[in-house]
Amino acid sequence: MTAATLRHAAWILRGNPLTGIAAAGVFALVLIAIFGPSIVPYDPVSSDVPQALQPPSWAHLAGTDQLGRDSFSRLIVATRLDLTIAVSAVGVSFVLGAVIGSLCGYIGGRLDRAVGRFVDVLMAFPLFVLAMAMVAALGNRIENIVIATAIINLPFYIRFSRAEVNIRRNLGWVEAARACGDSHLSVVLRFLLPNILPAMAVQMSLNLGWAILNAAGLSFIGLGVTPPTPEWGIMVAEGARFISTGKWWLVAFPGLSLMLAVLCFNLLGDGMRDILDPRMRT
Amino acid sequence: MIITTLGATVKRAAKRFLSSLPALFGVLVFTFLLMRVLPGDPAVFFASGPNAGKAEIELIRKQMGLDKPVPQQLVYYLYDLGRGNLGNSIMTGQSVTKDLRDRLPASLELTFSALLIALVFAIPLGVLAALRPGSLIDHGIRLFCALGVCVPTFVSGLLLIYVFYYLLGIAPDPTGRIDIFTSLPPSRTGFLLVDFLLAGDVSGWWGAFKQLILPAVTMALFVIAPLARITRASMLVSLGSDFVRTARSVGLSWWRIVVTYALRNAILPVITIAGIVFSTMLGANVLVEKVFSWPGVASYALDALLSSDYAPVQGFVLLMASIFVIVNLVIDVLYGIADPRVSVG
Amino acid sequence: MTGPLLRIEDLHVSFSTRRGMVEAVRGVTLSVDEGEVLGLVGESGSGKSVTGFATTRLLDAAGRITAGRIVFRGQDITRIPSGDFRHLKGAAMSMIFQNPRAALNPIRAIGQQLADAILTHRRISKDEARAASLDLLRAVQIRNPEQRMTAFPHELSGGMCQRVMIAIAISCNPALLIADEPTTGLDVTTQKVVMDLLAAIAAERGMATILITHDLGLAARYCRRVVVMEKGRLVEEAEPVELFHAPKHPYSKRLVAASPTVSSRVEDLVPEEERGPFLAARLVPKSAPAPGTPLLLDIKSLTKRYDDGPAAIADFSMTMAAGESVGLVGESGSGKTTTSRMICRLIDPTEGEILFDGYSIGHVPARDFHRSPFRKDIQIVFQDPNESLNPRFNGFNCIAHPLLRLGKMKPGAALTKRVRECAERVGLPPDLLERFPHQLSGGQKARVGIARAIACRPRLLVLDEPTAALDVSVQAVVLQLLDRLRREDNLAFLFVSHDLNVVRMMCDRTIVLRNGGIVEEGESRAMFENPKTDYTRELVEAVPHIRRAPALAVT
Repeated sequence: MTAATLRHAAWILRGNPLTGIAAAGVFALVLIAIFGPSIVPYDPVSSDVPQALQPPSWAHLAGTDQLGRDSFSRLIVATRLDLTIAVSAVGVSFVLGAVIGSLCGYIGGRLDRAVGRFVDVLMAFPLFVLAMAMVAALGNRIENIVIATAIINLPFYIRFSRAEVNIRRNLGWVEAARACGDSHLSVVLRFLLPNILPAMAVQMSLNLGWAILNAAGLSFIGLGVTPPTPEWGIMVAEGARFISTGKWWLVAFPGLSLMLAVLCFNLLGDGMRDILDPRMRT
Repeated sequence: MIITTLGATVKRAAKRFLSSLPALFGVLVFTFLLMRVLPGDPAVFFASGPNAGKAEIELIRKQMGLDKPVPQQLVYYLYDLGRGNLGNSIMTGQSVTKDLRDRLPASLELTFSALLIALVFAIPLGVLAALRPGSLIDHGIRLFCALGVCVPTFVSGLLLIYVFYYLLGIAPDPTGRIDIFTSLPPSRTGFLLVDFLLAGDVSGWWGAFKQLILPAVTMALFVIAPLARITRASMLVSLGSDFVRTARSVGLSWWRIVVTYALRNAILPVITIAGIVFSTMLGANVLVEKVFSWPGVASYALDALLSSDYAPVQGFVLLMASIFVIVNLVIDVLYGIADPRVSVG
Repeated sequence: MTGPLLRIEDLHVSFSTRRGMVEAVRGVTLSVDEGEVLGLVGESGSGKSVTGFATTRLLDAAGRITAGRIVFRGQDITRIPSGDFRHLKGAAMSMIFQNPRAALNPIRAIGQQLADAILTHRRISKDEARAASLDLLRAVQIRNPEQRMTAFPHELSGGMCQRVMIAIAISCNPALLIADEPTTGLDVTTQKVVMDLLAAIAAERGMATILITHDLGLAARYCRRVVVMEKGRLVEEAEPVELFHAPKHPYSKRLVAASPTVSSRVEDLVPEEERGPFLAARLVPKSAPAPGTPLLLDIKSLTKRYDDGPAAIADFSMTMAAGESVGLVGESGSGKTTTSRMICRLIDPTEGEILFDGYSIGHVPARDFHRSPFRKDIQIVFQDPNESLNPRFNGFNCIAHPLLRLGKMKPGAALTKRVRECAERVGLPPDLLERFPHQLSGGQKARVGIARAIACRPRLLVLDEPTAALDVSVQAVVLQLLDRLRREDNLAFLFVSHDLNVVRMMCDRTIVLRNGGIVEEGESRAMFENPKTDYTRELVEAVPHIRRAPALAVT
């Protein structure tokens, strides 16, 4: 991060306050994920049956669930788990996808066709169903949610980086790098990858939101995270039983948490495009 | 000329179909292997009880063909598949083919309605936003899109139930495709809305419609955003293109410029995205069907998965992959008709 | 009707950008009579196209006419409502654009597009419109017009698309036709055919024409009067002969000097007083290489085939001596780019041999050539300066890159010194080295690209249309720079270009390519003065010339 980059970022944020808010939101999410468990007012897993199904009040900001647990404390504690799953899944698929995709896009030929086939097979699955099946097959554990989410994301990263590299592979500066004595591998790793990084970062941010939704969806149908672990998807699933009787807060607050988290990542993704792209710098 | 274009399109579609066969086969093998490593022994699960004897479990094992080596099981499976036999569901005791056939129309009806609702809203919204970029309408539509993709379907579904069923009381009990007291129309297409119409049963149609509308809107809300976004983006490109400038330079009317020149070109990427959206919705069905107890294939597969019932899950994934291939073909044909450039090369 | 057909009075056009309002046209006054052909000449950013767009009301949403009047047939058209103006478009004035393929609707048959234009202004039946469309296609000399009616733009060549565009523009017999760079991007032979057609149609129908172009030669050939614009202002208005023989305004002088002609020499391109200190080096005429000098490059029957297609280039042989400069000329699809890439060892030939300095380098696979000791001897300058620099490298890093890789230098004071030297040699001020490509102008980017290529002191420099994307005045400076570098370093040039005038100036020998084969080769001046093959003659004749008085050419 040079001073120029920071100045540029500040300039962008002034012109685009929404991105600033989103960045602040993501920062807040990270803080909550780190310090949340130590500052919550109630124990997120201890039940207090007499206090069950209380609507939101000053004592229980987000009400209580069927076992009398404080929903607000559970929401806060759940942040760490939901973020960890999303970040690690996206990280894994980004690293693998970017390297595989850019090699395919640059080299083309047989490797490209073979990987293309593999991606086709993967894409031919209804992706959410594939994730379901994988979590079920590998075992109902959190690591497996990460693996499943990473695998179903992989095709997007491969295709994306492949396309981005493919449009650049014949540009003058790529050929110039080779004329200046760089090997093909070094051209891909030192020239093409850094250039597609801004676009990839945007994708990653958007993808993080999607990964959060995906993990929550899996635990909503009972895969991956198991009760009584606090997690937004499970909380919605538990609340779903009471929606027909009007206990809205059990669904609304975890839903709102999911929405805010995803919104922050999405808005940040859009904003990042401007910050990281040096062509926008003046 | 039109004949040759159509011929080329059909040829392209056929080629695309053939090239998707290996992928389909890959899906098949992959699913088979995946199901075989699932935890839990279905033989134990379906034996008479926790204290079932070893012999009884062995017997069930044999009946299910689980004692054979895995490659052999695969060959048997493929052989059965070739005869249209997807195996039997342990859960329902019926053949998977029949189960799927019974439930598929429910899922398709839901998905098609949702896609229709989404397109009807998304395209005008996208065009509107593109015609006045930077205006209040544009910002409003973009905000709506940004929020739309952030709310998971299972949350928006539940909140809709809360508002329209619990608070307002205008929606029916959110379980299933039809009120339990209504008699089903004679099944012709499997789509209740169509069947009721064919039977001339207006109140039945209305009942089915009321059951369908909430889940369909739930699903549509989730996909309006990407569709509107791509419509806006490609409409902006189209409106700023050289050929629209040409159209303006010869003084064509507003309608002709916006609709015949700009929109028809802008719709091409929307077709592609609509195909992807449809496939995504097939997967996302799982969540919506669960929330609304919709008797579709996705909830069937989910129940089977949770009870280690291999055959229905395999059948379901295969079905989904086939639908995916068909959807891609339809998109190809549509694209070939809409864009004369693709039939070349 | 009295008075001119179109009179533009003190026109000002501004664009609102992120950095506030930018004035693109600052007070232009000109007039066009009925049936007259006016040339509007200028380099990029001169406001010539904006003037055209303002007249036909096709400015972007960001652009606005801030002052002035545009009087068409006695009526100020800046003041009439857009609904009424629509009826003028096409019927009274129409426009032809650069890049004809993009200017046509890609998914609508050209017959329909013609009919759209006709039906907008005339109340006739669809059949009559169809018949009228057919007539128009015949008028623009499209072969098999009946079949072409149902064709789509992608099925036609660029030249054909431009004819269709012309047909659309003249469909309602407008009184004024504005042609904005109508032939830029077309091959030189196609360019001549299209321009001849346009001129003939305009004359035949008595249409007034404004030809907007950056090409002085083109304007000289087709216009009766030429207006020169610079930075949004009109600097000179004259008849072509007068303008080219005795330009009055300093900018016109510079522009006329910079435009290469049949007889111009590299040193004439920039007036003496405007050459920078870096160009002041003495221009010593180069003597022909002494006989017996070993060949620098010896290529024997080089062939390249992509996949199973026809050969992009077949049986290509040539030789080059050290310090020699050879031109490679051809239209698009001639195989000149493929050949240059093979010689640079960026792609592998399918067959044939490349000897450099007596060593066979054609057999070293392109992917391993970066380790070859000859890598630093063969360097390349790319066509589009915008695409030839890594967007994430600043100028310094771009030039340092080959020094680090091929020169085995380490980051430090020595490297900084070397990079600065290279920048100085190409006339790049040192403070620009910190800038990223998007912060540099086209000419500055071209200099960085050249500095990078010469940093390791190569012996052969391949120049792939190095100035094709530059304005003529910038091109003039860059060509002089290249020529000086060649003399100083005894560099050999392989100059790939489509511009015959440039090649004639820059190269001792020229090879003409067509459809992947050599058509003709020989000493440049002799070959262009007296072409032996029909194709070369066609090429030479298609180049629009500015005929200068002999006395002026010698100065």
